[in-house]
Amino acid sequence: MPRDPKQLSPPTMATLKEGVWKENPVFIMLLGLCPALAVSNTALNALAMGLASTFVLLGSTTLISLLRHLIPKQVRIASYIIIIATFVTIVDYTIHALSLELYNALGAFIQLIVVNCMILGRAEAYASKNRILTTFVNSIGMGAGFTLALFSIGAVREILGFGTFFGIPLFGSNFQAWAVFILPPGGFFVLSLWLVLFAALRRRADQRKEVGHAS
Amino acid sequence: MHPDSAAFLFLHAFLINNFVLALFLGLCPFLGVSAKLKTAWPMGLAVIFVMLVASLCAYGINILLVRFEIEYLRLICYIAVIASAVQLVEMTIKKLSPTLFRMLGIFLPLITTNCAILGMALFQTFNEYNFVQSLAYSLGAGAGFMLALVLMAGLREKLELADVPDPCTSAAISLMLAGLLSLAFMGFAGLGG
Repeated sequence: MPRDPKQLSPPTMATLKEGVWKENPVFIMLLGLCPALAVSNTALNALAMGLASTFVLLGSTTLISLLRHLIPKQVRIASYIIIIATFVTIVDYTIHALSLELYNALGAFIQLIVVNCMILGRAEAYASKNRILTTFVNSIGMGAGFTLALFSIGAVREILGFGTFFGIPLFGSNFQAWAVFILPPGGFFVLSLWLVLFAALRRRADQRKEVGHAS
Repeated sequence: MHPDSAAFLFLHAFLINNFVLALFLGLCPFLGVSAKLKTAWPMGLAVIFVMLVASLCAYGINILLVRFEIEYLRLICYIAVIASAVQLVEMTIKKLSPTLFRMLGIFLPLITTNCAILGMALFQTFNEYNFVQSLAYSLGAGAGFMLALVLMAGLREKLELADVPDPCTSAAISLMLAGLLSLAFMGFAGLGG
């Protein structure tokens, strides 16, 4: 991981952090919500989905950035989608070979990474305009942000819905699991609560800045 | 009702496992276009049309792919078909109603990346539905998407007048509404037995 600040110039470090916090794809930009809600019923599924999406994002944006002068403007979206679909097919077959259990848990949502708007959005807005290295670093940040978001939704849903974390029981036998959190409505509720939390935090930071300016 | 009958599959995709509220497919347009009833209707109709075309084409393509044993190209072929169908709808709407075209804006070409459509095509392939079943399933999925979109638009129009706490505005409150809708739709589980 290129986290060591000595190896990178300052702007590249900022590009890395951008995706994790300021432009977090799920919590701030509301992209890629379908997988974020559909496979986040346990922390493990969420983490696997996040890593798979990150791999597709990294591979496709790097390749697109490499080919950005060769792809004609008119057919760029179609070319991007075909590049993304290729990487998704790789991921699909890899997960199928490595862990059948995980493959069945994620189901069609691995193949549906193709239509994750976060990846196409990054390809169009960033990879087609930037050099390979910056694109690569930015994609790592975006992927990490996406994985983090999925993980935080999945962890909350698993802890409340099953009373476990990565399959390890957290509470005593008296704990009554809130089944609604592993069912579809729970996904909506947990995501909206995270959004409220982030909005409240941002408001507080803004207010503090205003007070600082005034005094 | 027999679980393989076309009527059951329609009901299954339409209410019991509603594509948006139970399977989380197509959330981006669901949140993006559901602010007004006036745009929700035509968006729903456009999605139903693309669903039907995509389902028919996916059925044909899958037969060819299996015949020549090149199933690993499935994803790429499906996406290409859906993109062309969306292009067709886009040109038709632009010709028939430029006002509507402007109202739908970026969300019209984005139907291509609507996971509900690719999801429907993939599910129909995994479950090996025959021609009539695929048609019923895609129609149910499209109608289910439209139902969710219109319900949501109706609620959000009312929400404009409500007094919502500051940090909960826009996306957060819409997601909470979607959660409540989804809770209501869970009541359909087991329907048609």
